[in-house]
Amino acid sequence: MSEAVAISESEAARVKSHLRVYVMVFVALAVLTVVTVAISYLHLPTALAITVAMVVATVKATLVAGYFMHLLSEEKVILWLLVLCAAFLVFLFALPLGTETGNGPLWPQ
Amino acid sequence: MSEIVIPYRTEPHPLTGVTSGKLGIWLFLASEVMLFGALFSSYVLLRVGAAEGTWPTGVEAGLNVPIGTFNTLVLITSSITMVMSWASLKMGNPGAFKRYMGATIALGMLFLVVKGFEYSGKFHHGIFPATGWPGASDPSTFYGFYFTITGLHALHVFLGILVNIWLLVWGLALYKTEPERFAGRVEISGLYWHFVDLVWIFLFPLLYLL
Amino acid sequence: MSESHAKLGFLRSYVFSTDHKVIGIQYGITALLFLFFGLCLMMMMRWQLAYPGEAIPIIGGLLGETLVDDGAMLPSFYNSLGAMHGTIMVFMGIVPLAVGAFGNYIVPLQIGAPDMAFPRLNMASYQAFVIGGLVMLSSFFLPGGAASSGWTSYAPLSVTATTGQTFWLIGMIFLIASSLLGAINFIVTIIHLRAEGLTFFRLPFFIWSQLVTAFLLLLAFPPLQVAAIFQLMDRLADTSFFMPTGLVSGGDPVAAVGGGSPLLWQHLFWFLAHPEVYVLILPGMGIVAEVIANNSRKPLWGYRPMVYSLLFLGFMSFCVWAHHMYMTGMGTTMSTFFQITTMIISIPSVIILTCLVISLWGASIRFPVPMLFALAFLPMFGIGGLTGLPLGLAAPDAHFHDTYYVIGHFHYVVAPGTIFAMFAGIYHWYPKVTGRQMNVPLGKLHFWLSFVFMNGIFMPMMFEGMAGVSRRLFDPTVYEIGAAVHGLTTMSSWSAWLLALSQIPFIINFFMSMRKKERAEENPWQATTLEWATSTPPPHGNFVEPPVVYSGPYEYSVPGASSDFSPQFIKQES
Repeated sequence: MSEAVAISESEAARVKSHLRVYVMVFVALAVLTVVTVAISYLHLPTALAITVAMVVATVKATLVAGYFMHLLSEEKVILWLLVLCAAFLVFLFALPLGTETGNGPLWPQ
Repeated sequence: MSEIVIPYRTEPHPLTGVTSGKLGIWLFLASEVMLFGALFSSYVLLRVGAAEGTWPTGVEAGLNVPIGTFNTLVLITSSITMVMSWASLKMGNPGAFKRYMGATIALGMLFLVVKGFEYSGKFHHGIFPATGWPGASDPSTFYGFYFTITGLHALHVFLGILVNIWLLVWGLALYKTEPERFAGRVEISGLYWHFVDLVWIFLFPLLYLL
Repeated sequence: MSESHAKLGFLRSYVFSTDHKVIGIQYGITALLFLFFGLCLMMMMRWQLAYPGEAIPIIGGLLGETLVDDGAMLPSFYNSLGAMHGTIMVFMGIVPLAVGAFGNYIVPLQIGAPDMAFPRLNMASYQAFVIGGLVMLSSFFLPGGAASSGWTSYAPLSVTATTGQTFWLIGMIFLIASSLLGAINFIVTIIHLRAEGLTFFRLPFFIWSQLVTAFLLLLAFPPLQVAAIFQLMDRLADTSFFMPTGLVSGGDPVAAVGGGSPLLWQHLFWFLAHPEVYVLILPGMGIVAEVIANNSRKPLWGYRPMVYSLLFLGFMSFCVWAHHMYMTGMGTTMSTFFQITTMIISIPSVIILTCLVISLWGASIRFPVPMLFALAFLPMFGIGGLTGLPLGLAAPDAHFHDTYYVIGHFHYVVAPGTIFAMFAGIYHWYPKVTGRQMNVPLGKLHFWLSFVFMNGIFMPMMFEGMAGVSRRLFDPTVYEIGAAVHGLTTMSSWSAWLLALSQIPFIINFFMSMRKKERAEENPWQATTLEWATSTPPPHGNFVEPPVVYSGPYEYSVPGASSDFSPQFIKQES
């Protein structure tokens, strides 16, 4: 039976030092949300619009994953595993597109 | 039955640097990435394959950008309250934990309520999952996607709320005897919650803005 | 360790247990029952194929008029049998047996852990599996019958099919959830709960194979979960994820808004289903490696290349799925990409097989029953793998796609391949679980009969396929070529029925041996791995003292050692 593991003083201090970062990330996320909505009103050409929107979303996601989910402070093992998986995922899901592009609609209408 | 002691329940393992529970939730999130990745890539596949002019933008399909933006800010706020609730526990302040967790739950519920208003607005206008997009010579499955993807996301939000309620109301008893272990549980729930926020960060522009 | 806990009631000990050994046995028994049921479905199909239009003996009179016409099978029933045979064997038979049963029972023991990392999650996985299985089976009682659109459930046929298909989708959602939760458990257990001294490259090959399998299950299943949800929406909410515009069925336009893609279903399905076939084979390879090393009294040749091949195979398995879709008009660039990746993925399989064969060179081979099955696995998997090569290339695939050649190919890998590996595992670990040895003459009879009849079923199919007979045909003889090779069809059918009868010695052996008075020794195979370091059956918590590991997993015939095996949990005096 495990004893009651109390939370150590050093743990508490470490977490406290991160509080400012959390608030700054929150502000950044809110600002980026407004930015991405504002850009959408510019009515950019489709390909560019998608690229910009996805880049902004990726930045926001990186902030959430890196700071809120503590990925940047975890063992590098987990971080690299996830980065590799993400890259692989993007590649894999882009693959079926290659079976379709240039052929017009996916199914003869 | 639980006389067996399974190691690394509260101490991190030297190789991974995390407890078993945390490794477990990251693996679960990896599978969720594949789940939502498949949803997104299906969207991309069908949209790219759709003939010119047959796939509406979010606004053309009647999605309300200000409401969507509001909901996005709601979820982002709930993410910071979630991380603050965990931080409060780690700093030995269960009172603050209760306040922040309560806020997280409330914001999650607000997100669902707003979603509910959006859905009922659609139904009012006769727009259901099976509705094609009017005004095109070829139908598109935009609404099918919209309802399915946001519906699945909303289900994930709902389940997260349930876990958080359990942590706040019943789970808190563990804090008195094993505070580190309870903090670990809150962290694990937080990881799931942030992921659900993360998905919405991509969903919102994809459906509403593009 | 176990003296202090209160005696649990029957339900908590045997039905709602969180002990991985109990859960492993539960998975094993349930999976074997489902496998037997799938076998029965196939035996009925083989009757229709061998004797088209004739009343099914005995059962024909008992089935309702939606299934048979005067005792003779109706085409809709044949389609249901085909779809459900595949689904049940793959998702309710092999995976739960290979991963749920063998994985759950053996993995914690072989790594020296007290249980899985998440025992309650383990129980939940089993329960989700049972629910999914029951949903699948209950579909047979629906008025429209069970699912009948192939185990692949291609749209738009599956979207317009009877209610049985909805049950199939719901059943799949439960089965997928079960596998996902189980996969998380296996990965965390293997990474975190290894005994002291058990570094990754001292792990038995079986553990490596379970680890890679778990990753495949974790990452490949979610897209099928998505596809199942989409298909449910198409069927129940009239959406059109997979329904193209202007579809007409039986002369009437289908009530769907259109704009969807049937190809999307195929991509999502095969994205899972290709890694799934590696899920089917890898645990079997793991078992065969254990049995061969143990019965050749030599370390495995090429342990490290085998491990690296496993990892590479797992990674590549995500990159080959469209080789199931060469005939969908994908264009030469994509087709070339998938042909290349498919050819590349054959390399690690060959490496693993070759290393297993070379392991036998210069060995003191013993031939207990598990070794017979493990040795037979090698050429059988070899035939299965080699016959896959023409399928992996688009040009010959144009001739072979959707013929009996494909059926022959994949059954060679799964039936005399994986199932033989499963039998090897059962005979090998039976003493560990029950404390008794299975009867040897019955085991040898089981082996030889099964070996002959497995080949009797599937070898003719290769020739049927090459002749051009399509798969999923209710009556092949309506076509000239089907009629011309009907002798081969009949041979397959008779071999199938005789194969079923050949399992009787096994079933008798399995149950009778449990009640033998004579107990087996603690380590009857003189094996080196950790599961033999504890008593038989292992106690709650597995090990009285946590074991410590001092060496590799296959230290057999070490020069200068006092015996021909040096268990990895015993410190050897050098």
